[in-house]
Amino acid sequence: MAASIAIHLEFGGGAELLFNGVKKHHVTLPSQSEPWDVKQLLVWIQRNLLKERPELFVQGDSVRPGILVLINDADWELMGELDYQLQDQDNVVFISTLHGG
Amino acid sequence: MCQVEEDYRGEMERAAVPSVSKKCVKCKEAPAALVIRAGDAYCRLCFKDFFTHKFKAVLGKNRIIFPGEKVLLAVSGGPSSCSMLRQVQEGLSQKANKKLRFVPGIAFIDEGAAIGQSVEERQRTVAELQAVFEATGFPFFILPLEQVLDLPASVVATNPAPSEQPAGAYKAAVDRFVETDGSSFPTPQEPKETLLPHVQQSHTLMLQQLLGSVKTLTAREELLNTLRQHLLVHTARTEGYRKLMLGDSCTRLAVKLLTSISLGRGAQLAQDTGFSDSRYGDVILVRPMRDYSAKEVAYYNHLFTVPCVVVPGVDTKTVEKASIQRLTESFVTKLQTDFPSTVSTIYRTSEKLQTACRKRSGGDGCERCLLCVCSLDTAVETSFTFLLLCIVSSAEASTVDSSLWVLTAEVSVLHLCYRLPETTRLQSLLCYSCALTVRDMVSGDVFDPFMHEL
Repeated sequence: MAASIAIHLEFGGGAELLFNGVKKHHVTLPSQSEPWDVKQLLVWIQRNLLKERPELFVQGDSVRPGILVLINDADWELMGELDYQLQDQDNVVFISTLHGG
Repeated sequence: MCQVEEDYRGEMERAAVPSVSKKCVKCKEAPAALVIRAGDAYCRLCFKDFFTHKFKAVLGKNRIIFPGEKVLLAVSGGPSSCSMLRQVQEGLSQKANKKLRFVPGIAFIDEGAAIGQSVEERQRTVAELQAVFEATGFPFFILPLEQVLDLPASVVATNPAPSEQPAGAYKAAVDRFVETDGSSFPTPQEPKETLLPHVQQSHTLMLQQLLGSVKTLTAREELLNTLRQHLLVHTARTEGYRKLMLGDSCTRLAVKLLTSISLGRGAQLAQDTGFSDSRYGDVILVRPMRDYSAKEVAYYNHLFTVPCVVVPGVDTKTVEKASIQRLTESFVTKLQTDFPSTVSTIYRTSEKLQTACRKRSGGDGCERCLLCVCSLDTAVETSFTFLLLCIVSSAEASTVDSSLWVLTAEVSVLHLCYRLPETTRLQSLLCYSCALTVRDMVSGDVFDPFMHEL
């Protein structure tokens, strides 16, 4: 059994508009048998945090193209993208690059 | 493909730095933090150097901004323009001989009216940005978009460019600057105490009416772009700025390139997406951020806390097919996910575009489009655009002559904007894509009876 983990989420670049304008969220993911990975985190976000227009944030299993994901200030491509397993107190940032210039 | 092949299913160690297997490709020591382009992983510090260096390099390579020159930075509050502002700030503050050498000012256009924001919301956004601008110490101008209604018709004129500088002039100017230690050049002005300009309710309504008269989002976005540019150029001219820096990133310009082709702006591609754009003659538009992808900008802003304010646009939260611009953006970003060299390929193609100069006479020889001020790409007598137009105010009688369809309409939008004489034949003044934009502004029920005649 994996213990429940606390995650710091941040939304920027316009993505926060889908979350009532709130940029920072401190969430606790409930404990479950397998460790949490980013794919499950996205599902969790969609179910619990996303206030509107899910298609503007997630697309299929992953985030919509154009949304940059940083895990502990590093590009998620270096961490395994969706398969990265979340640790307690990890910091995950979603920045939309589709907005403004 | 360019994926990370490592399998992270095993337990990962909790470490103070991200546990990545790649090292930075540049310094080969620090752990990599960001993947730029296809497979180049940089660490934080190398990325910062790379980012800062690119800005100076693009300005130095193009040699367009002379030392001591006044440059207006167009800041929308979005990530790219705020990043550009930060680069200018840092570049000017360094003691090294690679210091940037121009005198900046900032212009921000408050477009709250276009998206239907309330006065309080607009003031809030403006206040946030004002705090950011004040922290830089540069003079700044907050321009409500409503001001575009008061612009003189001269804004769409191409003023004669100052005499061409001989090839060695840039180097000579730089040497001179370095010798005199910059003391003979104008010093940055003290920022004036800028109060938020008061906007009349009637102006806001007029602007909303103008934008509301456009039926499609595509045309509305194009029109907004045009109005924005006019306002910026006008401000640059009146305040004595000879250069205008726009913050379009590489990704944005790639999208713009494809969008322009879809909109019929193929003839103006080089000017719309190139590094420098001299269509206005005395004010040159410069795009120093065109080498930066949106990802690089977003990452830099996050890591080095560049303040930016997200301002919703007319296409925020719209569906994918709401406008051509939106669809193209969606297409390019999706393609980019699977093929990370998409944006750079499009960008490299745009670099090869040249502006075909038809005439190079002392004055401005070629005909210019009224709205976008680029050379006209249509042969007036034979084109389809010939058949769209001229709107006189509804009080006037409409005249129909064999070569000109004259339509009466509720609001003579272009006359409102540009104070044209009533009998102007607009079709001779617009390029193909601007004519399409204007056509969208004509109310459908007035236009339709004439359409079936074509």
